[in-house]
Amino acid sequence: MLITVRLFARLRELAGASELRRELPEGSSAQAAWDSLVRDHAELAEYGKVISCAVNAEYARLTAPLKSGDEVAFLPPVSGG
Amino acid sequence: MGLLHSNHAIVRTIERFFITAAPLDTGALVSAVATERCGAVATFVGLVRDHNAGRRVEWLDYEAYPELAVKTLARIGAEAALQWPEVELAIHHRTGRVDIGEASVAIAAASPHRAEAFAACRYAIERVKQIAPVWKHEHFDGGEVWIEGATADPEDDAARQAAYERACS
Repeated sequence: MLITVRLFARLRELAGASELRRELPEGSSAQAAWDSLVRDHAELAEYGKVISCAVNAEYARLTAPLKSGDEVAFLPPVSGG
Repeated sequence: MGLLHSNHAIVRTIERFFITAAPLDTGALVSAVATERCGAVATFVGLVRDHNAGRRVEWLDYEAYPELAVKTLARIGAEAALQWPEVELAIHHRTGRVDIGEASVAIAAASPHRAEAFAACRYAIERVKQIAPVWKHEHFDGGEVWIEGATADPEDDAARQAAYERACS
């Protein structure tokens, strides 16, 4: 299944893209999408323990299963205000 | 933002929860939340400061995940409404380059009485800092750095409770 990954702030800079397409096995979790991303962009690995995740612009758990066409976003620790 | 025309007045309506690259207008937020049953409006305006962690800050560039940020601000409004049912809340956050002294976030909380307005306003800024998907890119004298604070988790009850306790201290 094809999903869209969105990255923000330092994650976007490290990966060199704000949006990526990934082909993943059917039913893969958001965590699996992250792991697949880290395989291509090893510099992201340090964020594995501190990211948040959103699926289709709603906060979600990394264990959330994805569907074809989903947009999964990975968020570094936030600093608004 | 739009204009509602009636027979007697033109009333400007604004979104309560909003992300914008334009300068923030705290007066418009106050107008958006104040009603005839309100005896108090508390506001909070966050400004870009000229120093941070020993660095001389030149400006901040704010990045947001806009679709999620708007929903998250509205979620903060819903949380506040559960805690303080009489409070009307509005939160606007800026994106893009924000210069020293300019507002990056503006919050208005209106209520029949001041205690609830102050508390809800404080709660809102604490929650913005915990869970709004917004990031500061600090441009300082000598370089730039992404500021990273809290791992955002809206379901983290301990964080929500900490925000509530600060609001009521």
